[in-house]
Parts: sequence; structure tokens; C-alpha cells
Amino acid sequence: MTTKIVIGLDGTETGERAMAFATDLAKLIGSCELLVAYVIEWSPYTFQTPEENAQRHKRREEEVELATSRIVTPAVDALKAAGFAAQGVVRHGDVAETLNAITVENEASQIVVGRASADGIKKRIFGSSTQNLVMHADVPVTVVN
Amino acid sequence: MKTLQHLYLAALAAFMATAASAQEAPGLDDKINQAFADATGPFVSFIFAPFPGTGFPWIVGWLVIAATVFTLYFAFVQFRFFGHSISLVKGDYSDPNDAGEVSHFQALATALSGTVGLGNIAGVAVAIGIGGPGATFWMIVAGLLGMASKFTECTLGVKYRNEYEDGTVSGGPMYYMSKGFAELGLPGGKILAVLFSIFCILGALGGGNMFQANQAHQQIAGIVGDYPGWITGLVFAAIVFAVIVGGLKSIARVTEKVVPFMGVMYVLAALVIIIMHADQIGWAFGQIFAGAFTGLGVAGGMVGALIQGFRRAAFSNEAGVGSAAIAHSAVRTKEPITEGFVSLLEPFIDTVVICTMTALVIIITQQLIVDPATGNYMLNEAGNAIATVDGNSGVSLTSAAFGSAFSWFPFILAIAVVLFAFSTMISWSYYGLKAWTYLFGEGHTKELVFKIIFCIFVVIGAAANLGPVIDFSDAAIFAMAVVNVFALYFLMKVVRQELASYAERLKSGEIRKFEH
Repeated sequence: MTTKIVIGLDGTETGERAMAFATDLAKLIGSCELLVAYVIEWSPYTFQTPEENAQRHKRREEEVELATSRIVTPAVDALKAAGFAAQGVVRHGDVAETLNAITVENEASQIVVGRASADGIKKRIFGSSTQNLVMHADVPVTVVN
Repeated sequence: MKTLQHLYLAALAAFMATAASAQEAPGLDDKINQAFADATGPFVSFIFAPFPGTGFPWIVGWLVIAATVFTLYFAFVQFRFFGHSISLVKGDYSDPNDAGEVSHFQALATALSGTVGLGNIAGVAVAIGIGGPGATFWMIVAGLLGMASKFTECTLGVKYRNEYEDGTVSGGPMYYMSKGFAELGLPGGKILAVLFSIFCILGALGGGNMFQANQAHQQIAGIVGDYPGWITGLVFAAIVFAVIVGGLKSIARVTEKVVPFMGVMYVLAALVIIIMHADQIGWAFGQIFAGAFTGLGVAGGMVGALIQGFRRAAFSNEAGVGSAAIAHSAVRTKEPITEGFVSLLEPFIDTVVICTMTALVIIITQQLIVDPATGNYMLNEAGNAIATVDGNSGVSLTSAAFGSAFSWFPFILAIAVVLFAFSTMISWSYYGLKAWTYLFGEGHTKELVFKIIFCIFVVIGAAANLGPVIDFSDAAIFAMAVVNVFALYFLMKVVRQELASYAERLKSGEIRKFEH
């Protein structure tokens, strides 16, 4: 059976370190598939103008397209070039919840993420996405510094 | 169609010129107002005409009868699916793969920010001031019935919307009129759609714009002292321009966040006041029920209370007007009817919750003067409304009621009124734009023309005392309801098919909650 590892990217350099760690891990495991995930922070409970609502579908496609071409596809290509089995996924939602949901859906056995950069007051009150992920994930989580 | 467009543009230009000159030459104000009133008077009197021999405006009857018909036709859908509606808003039935699209919650919040506003604060005070506490009862009844009208129009709005290749959507009554009638093989859908669009543009410029700007200016002037209205108008117009033309979403986003916060704070403040007077809650409800069936001495008795309550509910939640159908059609859902379920919560929140809170606060803080000898309400000197403690009416009555518990609340209320006015303008600029593009086609320049006209009307609305123009604009909003409800009667069977199919699949488990 192939082991699956989810790599959560956030478009910063900590993501690259997470990639490097996950590839080291994959080499040790042997038969291993890497799933590169990028979550676009989004909540269904925000307030929008009617015009924003009318354009939402278009914006969503643009956001997915941008995240795929800038972040996920280059990462997947690099992994494939290095000889790994790899796939990419882009989703909207709460970062921690969605990364965990992707992991559960794909029956992956662990998640590797980079440590998120500090985010002021919001982080002090609600904690960072990384903290939330570590607290609530259904599988082991490795946070790469 | 082309000639019609030209005629319409010419009429609009004349309308604008009239209004603009009213502002430039104050000496001519009265004459121009009079000329405008004479020209539009027959239309306004027609819309607000009472049934013969009564004081009951037929347009209110039209809306309430429609709401009753839809309630019966869909077998009390607003009660049977109330819980399901809340589940939908919570996202229980949302496919996680659709994350990032407009959620049911967002569509509801957007539509609500267009209806919650002056009607809930000033309008209720007017209703209670004239119709007495009993008006509250009839207002709630009309709000509950109106839920079925919203359900019908919003389902159709989503079902017959246009989806364009670039992923944007346009929907609303004009689309279900033209596409729905064509689908059923009925004639005249296009004509109804054009009529609706014309009224919608006029309503957007009037009730959705000038009236709001005017009221906002009066609130600000009430706090900082009197100053020329065009200053408020220019500031408002600049902000509206930045949002709708400049695409400065940040301002709109701030407003859209602050408005719900204000709404929640308003309800909480009302609840606190009601709890402070907990020993009188029973008495207040007693007054509401007694007043509903006897009038407790108000002008017109029970019928007076009924008219005021129905009228206020219809004017406040816009059920049957068709505006909400435009706002809700942006949601991408495989089931148009789910949007109907979500929208039926609007009259509930707007009328049954928020309006009732305002009414209870006014009653419980005893702003209305009771004759100790008879237990009935005393009329004011003119005999047309109930005497109040400080002779207040409208916004100032609500303000005084809240102010009697929290002395600082009138300031918060003034800020709330200004913000509500602004968010209502943003919503109506969109409704008007959709009607405009339906008539003239989509395109950057065409849209820009409407947006600039809209901004000009903000200045005019804040600057001038345009009683007749505002009467006319209100009449235009209700003229939308005449056309819209007429079309709904023909299209309601489409909604019934959707409802039957959905209810069956919900029962069989084909439609089920997603695990989140």
C-alpha cells in the first residue's frame, strides 16, 4: 500500500522547507505519494455587496487558476521531476479545516506544513492556522520551522 | 424597442433637469415641485389610492392578498420549511466542493442589508404612532405572510437568471418575466419585463437613493446643526461613486460589516430595554392584542391599526416588490428553490424580529399617552395620531424611546440610520443597474452612464426638499410590486413543481446534509 503525505503550502518560503522535509520523508518511506495542497482562506459567513456576489464565481475561478499556476503546479512539476508520484489540489475554506478534510478524503497518513508567519492581533485571539491544524487534525502533523 | 429606449432616456433627462434646476434656483423650488407634482400626481394617487369608502390603500391590499395566496398555494411553506431554511443558511447542505462560491448566508446578508433600514426604525414609529400598539400585531401577521411572497420570487429569480460566459450572473423579475412566460407559452412577458425595469430604475433613483440621502442628511443635521444639504450630498455621492464606479470595495466591505453589527446592536439594545421593564412585558402584549381587535381608541379603530400594521410591513420588507429576487440570483446552486427557502427568512428577520423590537420598545417605555380614565390612548390635537410624551413622531419617537433607557443611544441611532441609508443605496444602485442593463444591454459605457446618474441623484436627494419627487419614487417602488405580483400569479405553478420535487428528494434522502 502506498503511503500518502499532504504538503500544505502557503506561497511563502516556509512552504519550500516543508516540501524539502516531505521529500526526505518520502525517500525513507519508499512507496509514497505526495499531495500538494493550497487552501485559499475563505469563509461563507462574510458580508458582501450585491455586485461582489454577482462576480463571485468568476473571481473564484481566477483565484483557483492563480494558485494553481503560481504555486501548486510548479511544486508538483518539481516533485515529479525528482521522481516522486505527486498531485496538486486547490480549495477554498478555513485553512486548518480544509487541509484536514483533504487529508481525510485522500486517506493520507500525515500532513507537513511550514510554520505560518505571525499575523498580529488576529493570531493572538484566534491562534494561527498552523496551531488550529495541530490541535484539530485527525492525523499526525509535522510543522517545519 | 429602440424608440421606447429613446423616449425613456428623454423622459429621464427631463426628470433630471427638473430636479437639478430645483436645486440651483431655490426661488423656483416651490414652482418646480408643484409642476412635478402635477405631472406625476395622477400616477402617485393611483398607486396609493384607497379602496372606495375606506382609507385602505389598494396597493397594500394587493401585496397582502398576494402573500395570502402564496401562503395557501404553497401550503404554509414558510412554517413547514422554516427549520430547513436555517439549516441551509448554516451551510449544512452546502457541498464542500462549492466552497468559495457565494454562500446562502452571504446572499441572505446582502439582501437584508438592502431592506433593513429606515423602515424598521422610523416606519414602525409612524405605524405605532397612528395605529397604536395593535398595529404591531397586524405588522407581524403581514410579515409572516410576506415570507411566502419572497419565497416565490426568489426561487424564480435564481431559476431564470442569465449566466454569462465570463462567469458573472444577472437575474431578477425581468428575467423570469421574459424567460418564464416564454417557457409557459404565455404572451406579454417582455412587456412586463420592460415595465418592471422602468419602475425599478425610478424606484432605485427615488426610494433607494434620494429618500435615503435626504433622511441621512436630516439625521446628520440633527446632530451637528443645520447646514446645506448639498454638502452631505456631495460627500455621499463621492463615496458611492468610489464604491460603484471606482470599484473601491474596501468602503463597501466596511459598511457591509458595520451594518449587520449595528442591526445586532439595535436588537440587543431593544432586548435590554425590554428586560429592564420585564414586569410590563405581559401588559405590553396585552395592549398589542387588545389594540389589534379594538384599536384602543386610535383613529380608525381596529381597521386603523390593521392598515398601519400591514402598510408598514409591506413597505419595510419589500416582499412582492421583486428587489430581493435580483439580490438572491447571484447564488450558484443546483437547486433554485434553496434560495427561495433562504429568502423567506428575510421578512421574518426584518419585520417579525426587528420591527417588533422597535414597536415593543416604544410601547414598553410608555411613549404613548394613555387616558387614565378610559384606558384608551389619547389623540393629539390634530386628532390624527396618538399623543406622545414629547410630541415626537417617526425617527424621533424611536430615538426618544431608546433614549429614555440609554441617554447616549440617540447618537448611535443616528449613526445607524446613516449607515443603513448608505448600504440601502449601494444595494439599490445594483438593482437599478440590473434593470438598466436589461433595457439597454450590458456594456461598460452603458453601465457607467447609469452609475453617474445614480451619483447625481444622491446630491439632488440630499440637497432639495423634493416631497413630490419622493412620493413619486415610492410610488415607483410599489409599481414594481404591481407588475411583479401579476407575473408571480402566472409563474407560481413553476415554483410548486420545484417544491414538490425538492420535498420528495429531501424525504427520500437523495438530498442530504454534507459532513463538514
